[in-house]
Amino acid sequence: MNDLLRRILFLPEQGSAYAQQVDALHYFVITMTMLGFAGVASAVIWFVIRYRRRSENEATPRVEPRAIHEVLFVGGPLALFLLWFAIGFPLFVRLQTPPKEAMDVYVMGKKWMWKYAYAGGPNGVDTLYVPAGRPVRLLLTSRDVIHSFYLPAFRVKQDAVPGRYTQTWFQADKPGRYEIFCAEYCGVGHSAMLGELVVLPAAQFDAWLDESRRSAPVASAQDSTQSDPSPATTLVDQGRKLSSEYGCFKCHSVDGTRHIGPSWLDLYQRKEPLEDGSTAVADEGYLTESMMDPRVKVVKGFQPVMPTYQGRIPGPEIAAIVEFIKSLRTDAVHPEPTKGRAYEPVPGFDPTTVR
Amino acid sequence: MSLSPVSIPPPSAEPAPLFNERNYLVAERGWRSWLTTLDHKRIGMIYLVLTLVAFLLGGIYAMVIRVELLTPGPTIIEAVTYNKAFTLHGVIMILLFMIPAIPGIFGNFFIPLMIGARDVAFPRLNLLSVYLYLAGMLIAIFGMIHGGADTGWTFYTPYSTTTITKVWPILLGGFILGMGSIVTGLNFIVTIHTLRAPGITWMKMPLFIWSAYATSVIQVLATPVLGITLLLVAVENVFGFGVFDPARGGDPVLFQHLFWFYSHPAVYIMILPAMGVISEVIQAFSRKNVFGYRAVALSSLGIAFVGFFTWGHHLFTSGQSAVDAGVFGVLTMFVGIFTAIKVFNWTATLYRGSISFQTPFAYVVAFLFFLVFGGMTGIALATVALDVHWQDTYFVVAHFHFIMVGGTITGFLGAIHYWWPKMTGKMYSEKWGLIAATFIFLGFNFTFVPQFLLGNAGMPRRYYSYPERFWPLNVASTAGASVLALGFVIILVYLLLSLKYGKPAGPNPWGSRGYEWQTLSPPPVENFESQPTYPRPPHDYDDANPAKEFH
Amino acid sequence: MSAPGSHVAHHFPDLETQAHAARLGMWLFLATEVLLFAGLFTAYALYRMLYPSAFAGASKLIETSMGALNTVVLITSSLTVALAFHYSKESRSKLAAALLLVTLALGGVFLVVKYLEYSHHFHDGHLPGRFYSYAALQVPGASMFWTVYFLMTGLHGIHVVIGMGVLAWLAVGAWRGSYGGAYSTPLEVGGLYWHLVDLVWIFLFPLLYLI
Repeated sequence: MNDLLRRILFLPEQGSAYAQQVDALHYFVITMTMLGFAGVASAVIWFVIRYRRRSENEATPRVEPRAIHEVLFVGGPLALFLLWFAIGFPLFVRLQTPPKEAMDVYVMGKKWMWKYAYAGGPNGVDTLYVPAGRPVRLLLTSRDVIHSFYLPAFRVKQDAVPGRYTQTWFQADKPGRYEIFCAEYCGVGHSAMLGELVVLPAAQFDAWLDESRRSAPVASAQDSTQSDPSPATTLVDQGRKLSSEYGCFKCHSVDGTRHIGPSWLDLYQRKEPLEDGSTAVADEGYLTESMMDPRVKVVKGFQPVMPTYQGRIPGPEIAAIVEFIKSLRTDAVHPEPTKGRAYEPVPGFDPTTVR
Repeated sequence: MSLSPVSIPPPSAEPAPLFNERNYLVAERGWRSWLTTLDHKRIGMIYLVLTLVAFLLGGIYAMVIRVELLTPGPTIIEAVTYNKAFTLHGVIMILLFMIPAIPGIFGNFFIPLMIGARDVAFPRLNLLSVYLYLAGMLIAIFGMIHGGADTGWTFYTPYSTTTITKVWPILLGGFILGMGSIVTGLNFIVTIHTLRAPGITWMKMPLFIWSAYATSVIQVLATPVLGITLLLVAVENVFGFGVFDPARGGDPVLFQHLFWFYSHPAVYIMILPAMGVISEVIQAFSRKNVFGYRAVALSSLGIAFVGFFTWGHHLFTSGQSAVDAGVFGVLTMFVGIFTAIKVFNWTATLYRGSISFQTPFAYVVAFLFFLVFGGMTGIALATVALDVHWQDTYFVVAHFHFIMVGGTITGFLGAIHYWWPKMTGKMYSEKWGLIAATFIFLGFNFTFVPQFLLGNAGMPRRYYSYPERFWPLNVASTAGASVLALGFVIILVYLLLSLKYGKPAGPNPWGSRGYEWQTLSPPPVENFESQPTYPRPPHDYDDANPAKEFH
Repeated sequence: MSAPGSHVAHHFPDLETQAHAARLGMWLFLATEVLLFAGLFTAYALYRMLYPSAFAGASKLIETSMGALNTVVLITSSLTVALAFHYSKESRSKLAAALLLVTLALGGVFLVVKYLEYSHHFHDGHLPGRFYSYAALQVPGASMFWTVYFLMTGLHGIHVVIGMGVLAWLAVGAWRGSYGGAYSTPLEVGGLYWHLVDLVWIFLFPLLYLI
């Protein structure tokens, strides 16, 4: 049934459980739409035939509604529409709340390509590798105009807006290859801004990630502002370099010492008591927000003296700094900078055979 | 519910002349008398000519787009030309045709006639609105010739502020058109408030007046926000002030909020007048009072009001919070409720009527079909989770073309076929009218139903090239568009021919009880030979309390 | 249009209805003006929220005394235009014309003060977007304050100029005795427009100068 309706409606294959749920709602909504349409259309056609004018001087009665008619006219559609909403809205909320354990991938749109960066490396262009059966959170931004990251097979779409981060997530059921489109008009190359999502079996993905990290040379953060990106290193190393360039270390220590601002050591996922009495968990969202809007959530005991960096740090560099902060853990093992190409072919996996 | 006979047409003491020789068209002669005219009927006719030119231009762009999409790769034009083509198609169709057409032509012509007034409240402002329209049109066309913008009609920043194409003339043209639109709306509101003839109370106004009133409220309250937004983009584009530029701390999403605060209500500026037309035509051709006058009248105001609070449904994938999305989603559904009220009442109007399936009525039936399907897909889009898949795909394109072409243009065609005899005094060919309506109906469905499926399949809008799996549906859509275009050409031909060869229509060829039919065709300069009286509600076909039918 | 009674256009039943229509039209027009500025107020609110310290810092660079002076000037001009309408109703046309001239002069003072402020900002590089070059305040959002400042005061300034044009035209008419007694509606609606110009400034002054 699912498959039949999906084909009738030309829907692409369903890459995730979420896509199946959205499609179920889709079938319901479209069926009710067709029924509503058929109801009105057949009533109109019946009346037009039944009450066609038979003579020029035909008499018509005066027909006025009773209150119950108008109540039905309002109540019927309202109940139906609210039912749709009651099903659709929780699904949307689910899409808005990525699971905690989701793997993060930074995605940056740029005329006319998609760039990806994994926490701790490596980086990639256009082809995004993810593991099957694990949730993946995408943190999106753009370096020029608005793009929109669209995975039709997962019924997922999220705008990539310059100057801010947006997020979405998905969990691929099975290995395979899927289309990625840009859905927000972005110029001459809009329809050529195609990417590909390659879903690998989880074990293979881990192997690929390890291999890439070991051999990846040059992960200049997803995209650096210089035209000639210095062969920096992983995102973390770049974050360290950027933090020093932007003068973060004037106020924030990385060894746990208290300074003008809170120390970054073990900051990630720490519960911070705030000035207004509430607490905040220092996740990616909080860290980004604190760079953009430092005075909104000031940690208790510190002065609100930090300037905002909104508009001063390009999106990818924010990502690098956040990753650097995340890497600062007392128990963390700092990997050495690695050398090699960014994208080695995946050993032992030929994605073309999967489908 | 009572039964009483209707006698149509009633005998009048002196038979009215079939063709009014002293009509507004010939009262003064020479092009100068047209350029300086303050007569609302002539201004309506000027709008008719100008908006049809715009429609032709927008239609040519539409065909260019459809032909380009005939193959997955490049077909006839380059990507940048294609991007300009869909931008200009959108700008022309929305700003130069959809928004001004029905109010400009039929609103100007018929509002005074329907409320028994001599003219609109501010005839000079009315003429000014024509010239603002013309100026906006010329500036926009200047922009098209000198480069042409490639931003899409939505002008999203930061693309529109960084593109190398020349956007400012189109933005300036849009601003001036907006001023013209405001002037028209303001004029109508004041006219309806102050110039209703004695006897026409609010609850006795023809339903077209109600919808024109609701439309005007939106025009007056929403258009200024578009004006300032377009100016900001123009300033940003030319000077780089950084209002929407993230590199200078600006917020591009602010633009989207400001833009849709106008442009969503603008959808109702386009569809409400068509709904008013349908209310008029359906009564005249079923010879029935509308079922639930109050419900139909007040739902127009309801749409106008709620329409101001739904703009956020364009931003579901922009990073909007779930709470915002939920609120905007539910509010959007209320628009659907008000529309449903109208649809059900119109359908019930047909019950026990005396239905004459003539050309204007054919468009009523088409309108009802398209509006129900287009409207319900709109509600489907507001069920937030589904929108994520459909946002910025051909599903959205198909949905709004169902409302804009299937609703507004179908309503426009209904209006022009219904009122053509009154405006020109001539009848067109009924046979060709029905043939053209068939072309329009079939062509429309073949054009836009495949686009729903394309959207389901995931084809994003504004794509110059596309993967091959979208090919067959695109071919179907282009084929349908050709049939649709042929339908429009047929209509244009027989309407023009009717001017010369058409039979005189007489004052009331449809036997309508609408107030505007109580005068000669074409109407005299003074609108009425003597002030009519309005003893009963409009379109009252119940002769239990008979009234004078004509004069 | 000179003989008494001929002020009623042919499509209005009486002078009363015509005046009502004119007033209604002007109020609607004022609503559109408010919404025109509303777009800029929205931008102001958003960016002030995003960059509170930059906005606070930048607004210290404007001379509050100049703004206060202009506020007094505009409020006074609202009084004189209201008085002009009052005397026109009493058919004292020449006095009404004189009061309109005083209003015009006050509008002129406003523009001169604004010009002095602008030239100061231009000199110091307090400018929007890419033109911003004020070295002492280099925080993100500082240039945005000047973007919003110039857009708001600039649009308001244009309205002042248009309003002065309207008032000048009315002053000529009043001097010639075109209005008076029951037919003072043009002065009334022209005055309404001037009050709106004043009112917008009353909002701009605290938002830009004081907080």
